[in-house]
Amino acid sequence: MALKMVKGSIDRMFDKNLQDLVRGIRNHKEDEAKYISQCIDEIKQELKQDNIAVKANAVCKLTYLQMLGYDISWAAFNIIEVMSASKFTFKRIGYLAASQCFHEGTDVIMLTTNQIRKDLSSPSQYDTGVALTGLSCFVTPDLARDLANDIMTLMSHTKPYIRKKAVLIMYKVFLKYPESLRPAFPRLKEKLEDPDPGVQSAAVNVICELARRNPKNYLSLAPLFFKLMTSSTNNWVLIKIIKLFGALTPLEPRLGKKLIEPLTNLIHSTSAMSLLYECVNTVIAVLISLSSGMPNHSASIQLCVQKLRILIEDSDQNLKYLGLLAMSKILRTHPKSVQAHKDLVLQCLDDKDESIRLRALDLLYGMVSKKNLMEIVKKLMTHVDKAEGTTYRDELLTKIIDICSQSNYQHITNFEWYISILVELTRLEGTRHGHLIAAQMLDVAIRVKAIRRFAVAQMSALLDSAHLVASSPQRSGICEVLYAAAWICGEFSEHLQEPQQTLEAMLRPKVTTLPGHIQAVYVQNVVKLYAAILQQKEQAADTSAAQEVTQLLVERLPQFVQSADLEVQERASCILQLVKHVQKLQAKDVPVAEEVSALFAGELNPVAPKAQKKVPVPEGLDLDAWINEPLSDSESEDEKPKAMFQDEEQRHTKPRAPEADEQELARRREARRQEQANNPFYIKSSPSPQKRYQDAPGVEHIPVVQIDLSVPLKVPGMPLSDQYVKLEEERRHRQRLEKDKRKKKKRERERRGTRRHSSLHTESDEDIAPAQRVDIVTEEMPENALPSDEDDKDPNDPYRALDIDLDKPLADSEKLPVQKHRNAETSKSPEKEDVPLVEKKSKKPKKKEKKHKEKEREKKKKEVEKGEDLDFWLSTTPPTATPALEELEVNTTVTVLKEGQEEPRGEEQDAEEDREQDLEKKPSKHKKKKHKKDKEERPKDKRKSKKKVPPADEEAAEPVENGTLEEEPLPPMSSYILLAENSYIKMTYDVQGSLQKDSQVTVSVVLENQSDSFLKSMELNVLDSLNARLARPEGSSVHDGVPVPFQLPPGISNEAQFVFTIQSIVMAQKLKGTLSFIAKNDEGSTHEKLDFKLHFTCTSYLVTTPCYSDAFAKLLESGDLSMSSIKVDGISMSFHNLLAKICFHHRFSVVERVDSCASMYSRSIQGHHVCLLVKKGEKSVSVDGKCSDPTLLSNLLEEMKETLATC
Amino acid sequence: MKSEDTQQQIIRETFHLVSKRDENVCNFLEGGLLIGGSDNKLIYRHYATLYFVFCVDSSESELGILDLIQVFVETLDKCFENVCELDLIFHVDKVHNILAEMVMGGMVLETNMNEIVTQIDAQNKLEKSEAGLAGAPARAVSAVKNMNLPEIPRNINIGDISIKVPNLPSFK
Repeated sequence: MALKMVKGSIDRMFDKNLQDLVRGIRNHKEDEAKYISQCIDEIKQELKQDNIAVKANAVCKLTYLQMLGYDISWAAFNIIEVMSASKFTFKRIGYLAASQCFHEGTDVIMLTTNQIRKDLSSPSQYDTGVALTGLSCFVTPDLARDLANDIMTLMSHTKPYIRKKAVLIMYKVFLKYPESLRPAFPRLKEKLEDPDPGVQSAAVNVICELARRNPKNYLSLAPLFFKLMTSSTNNWVLIKIIKLFGALTPLEPRLGKKLIEPLTNLIHSTSAMSLLYECVNTVIAVLISLSSGMPNHSASIQLCVQKLRILIEDSDQNLKYLGLLAMSKILRTHPKSVQAHKDLVLQCLDDKDESIRLRALDLLYGMVSKKNLMEIVKKLMTHVDKAEGTTYRDELLTKIIDICSQSNYQHITNFEWYISILVELTRLEGTRHGHLIAAQMLDVAIRVKAIRRFAVAQMSALLDSAHLVASSPQRSGICEVLYAAAWICGEFSEHLQEPQQTLEAMLRPKVTTLPGHIQAVYVQNVVKLYAAILQQKEQAADTSAAQEVTQLLVERLPQFVQSADLEVQERASCILQLVKHVQKLQAKDVPVAEEVSALFAGELNPVAPKAQKKVPVPEGLDLDAWINEPLSDSESEDEKPKAMFQDEEQRHTKPRAPEADEQELARRREARRQEQANNPFYIKSSPSPQKRYQDAPGVEHIPVVQIDLSVPLKVPGMPLSDQYVKLEEERRHRQRLEKDKRKKKKRERERRGTRRHSSLHTESDEDIAPAQRVDIVTEEMPENALPSDEDDKDPNDPYRALDIDLDKPLADSEKLPVQKHRNAETSKSPEKEDVPLVEKKSKKPKKKEKKHKEKEREKKKKEVEKGEDLDFWLSTTPPTATPALEELEVNTTVTVLKEGQEEPRGEEQDAEEDREQDLEKKPSKHKKKKHKKDKEERPKDKRKSKKKVPPADEEAAEPVENGTLEEEPLPPMSSYILLAENSYIKMTYDVQGSLQKDSQVTVSVVLENQSDSFLKSMELNVLDSLNARLARPEGSSVHDGVPVPFQLPPGISNEAQFVFTIQSIVMAQKLKGTLSFIAKNDEGSTHEKLDFKLHFTCTSYLVTTPCYSDAFAKLLESGDLSMSSIKVDGISMSFHNLLAKICFHHRFSVVERVDSCASMYSRSIQGHHVCLLVKKGEKSVSVDGKCSDPTLLSNLLEEMKETLATC
Repeated sequence: MKSEDTQQQIIRETFHLVSKRDENVCNFLEGGLLIGGSDNKLIYRHYATLYFVFCVDSSESELGILDLIQVFVETLDKCFENVCELDLIFHVDKVHNILAEMVMGGMVLETNMNEIVTQIDAQNKLEKSEAGLAGAPARAVSAVKNMNLPEIPRNINIGDISIKVPNLPSFK
């Protein structure tokens, strides 16, 4: 055996190894490709051998060749063979090759599943490690699904080396198999606190990566990360966490407030530049998120800006770059503080490093004002001339346009100057952004009426100068400008000085070399010009001149009729016929100018880009409904080609009808023009070049283009924008002088008065008056435009699938698939375990069982999460001062927002600011709702017989969620009971206890504003009894009320929570109280009061607690429970629903149910056990209760009797 | 995973971009379309004839990555004992193995150099023990080959060979 191996090795001596291959390639510089193909042939031979070492060597060489760009996918199977070698050395070679060349399309990849699983569970940590590393590069959805469970197990491996790799690869698994995220998340979270720093760092890495895409699902982890941030010393981890916080703060401004201080400390203390920089970045993110609420963080902004300035001034170019990058983030919300550093930014614009120049350009955007716009743009224009690379020049061009056009041309005082700038920009050869310039020209000319005369003059000069046409359209996008020029000259032809000259320029033969969509615009606007000229000539009674123009058109238009572009051809032939007709009329001395120009009468208004989208769908219109029943597929398929063919034939054979009635033609044109005017896409849309007609006449008809070389390249009569700068300066100077004069007078007047203004003379933006009366036409929007401005998310975003609510408890169906042997475990499935108990029953109890379990899990989760609850953590009230708070929070922890739902903030923003001082906090409404809904789902079909809760109350309990509830056939049961109501406000409430606090209950009060007034300063006060008292903020007396932490606009409702301390819970009791508030409406504000009686039933002290049947039996056997029973007759409800009702309204849980007999259990907040045995007879129900307190039991049973009586 | 042709194109363009930059400019390059859009950046370091280029998205700290490259180079230096470019050229597989201990599937795995070196050493030991008897003749041959080499080529500019693009985030 050993001999054979040695023999094999000796054979190998003459195989090339990787080093030989590399050396060989380097020695064959001149015939490298030939040498490599030789090597590949050798490798193919080697792969055919049985010896795994030879194969591994071959694969190793292949990996190198892959790196050089050779396709090695043909060897995929051999790679898998090497991957499955038993020796680590070979295995590693195999996995390396796989990670370099396997991808989702590799078909043999599915063969690797079992091999990888084997390696993952290998006793050698390096086998496992190498498999994880490889898998991370080529994981596919199938592999992810099949291996997710194995990898999850590895996350708790004893070796940190494996743990960290397993944790990290989970991200890749999540991406490919999003279903695995929820089951794996608890463990991932656990790893955040792993003792090994590497594992911890990996977990932070994964969660940061996840949270970056869908931050809202990870808000609940903020406390944990905060802890890590304050405890960790690993800068790498710190940076990641701080970056993560940067992503979270926009969602939760309170988080930002909490972060500011530790981050500021870090900024002051750290020596690591990378950390400092990230801190500054996150502080900026915080400040941005706070900017709407509290503006008094100027110290922090100053600190950031100051630190960034140090970075930018640093000689290290990297820091300079990053400083500018971060500065641009501040700019968005705090432009003032950045503007102070304009000098620095302008200086960076001259930097030799392109990356830095680009960043400085970004900043410039926010630094312009009316005062300095011209100066800055002038500077940029000199850069444009100097710029060597086209990318940077294009970037400059877009920036100039961005800067000038920002916020509706806010900073432009002289549009003549701007038009000149645009015209100057057209001299750029080879830019891709011609269309941008064109769009600006159109926009300005349409929206600034005062500029039209000037614009038309400039545009006609552009049309006249040949340099734009001369440059070949393939090479340059600048000819797009002609599109705008032609349209402007045509549309506003009344302003043209020399219309005839422009007309001729537009009809030059060279125009036909332009792209089709531009020619189309030319043709259309030629007619507009023509109409204007006709009018002019006819008014001057110069009929011969008018006929000359017509003749010109008749001569020149055919060149467009022959165009290969459908749009050009169609327009040209239409217009040619029209002009010919006009010619006939002219010959008869009929005045036609009026009618021709009537074609283009009317004003074109700009339409907002989103206008189309915002048109509301009229009521009753279903866009998805078929108007006619769709034809069956087979039919349409048969007919389509035929129809198309016919259509084409018709078009060829149909004789053109040039004698179409002029009136009719005009009418049609008018209709089309109207349609086009209403179409927001008309101006910009380019005709689709899909169909091209090849029926152009023969070669002899093609006009020979005369290339006119004598055309001067310099645009004649073009004013330089620089002149405007000078003019503008003079103008401003004059203005200032005038103003000063006026001011002096004013000041003198003021001096005479008693009050003195200390206004210093600074030239602010507002002082500069625009040169011409700028009347910017606003863009039109359809009536009743929808206000929503949602930008559609990209449905193909791979990260969207990972937008998963992670706080919901896991359902059974979500478990990761585990590889099992098929016959072995079927009898052990959990479903089967339940069967003996409920075997004869319908399926419903089973479902209930599941719900029940889920609830248990929820309970457990509740306890686990107690310390980490986000709202609690975010409230800055010290927990010791208000122990009640903690309890309250536990109640609301259960579930976090449903997917896609957002907390209704808006109006509460103001209230939120004061919240930190308040004892009560608004719990996340949806959390509560969700919890409730879970509970309600079961008994919802039974609610009609319930009288205690009138339907109106239920609506009050679900006020925000309209929309989600509508789908359900019956409104669900609500435990919310009407507390009090008047014309202003309606109050409903619910009392909840918790097992963690034995003497406290939380009263959730839903306040609904029923009036059209704005309700504010709400305060709730209760007359405490000996037994029950309201928990008030520290320092307030027993007579003070507790403020409600929000305000209510009309029609809005919200929920406030109040904590009560209870001594004895065995008796029900009532507390008298008052809600006082200020109602404010147009007429003024009034102070109002609403009295109520808060009823604490014994039931409200119970907490639904699950109990297992064996524990239940023990409890009953113990004998320390006293017993009592009731019997209610006349029950018509089914037993199942009856139990549901008891569970829901009396907070019991079913322990066991056999036929029409069930045992139930609940527990009071003070730890009393309450056991029930419910039996259903023909028409009656008897309830036997056992409880550690007899009074409590009898009271509970009384309350239950009342409920049952309504069944 | 992109095709070999695209990979080569990326490497060529990256080399082109990086190599023409001056010595004292910043080490960041804004992402072009080729490397996956504006969210991605090229971050590089220049050591003598070698460029180490990482392509990262916005979830990474720029300065952090510069440190990471430094760690990578120092690790290479330790593992190869005074690394030179020929080491990297002739032992690409080893370079890959070292990188795999630092970056896994495009995500940073380990930044602690001692930890990386420990793991690499342990794997080398394992490799040696596996080679055992069977490996001996091959090693002898290899030694002979090296002796017979007329000269080890010098002064060849293969700057772009160390550009490790395929493993980084944008090439998922």
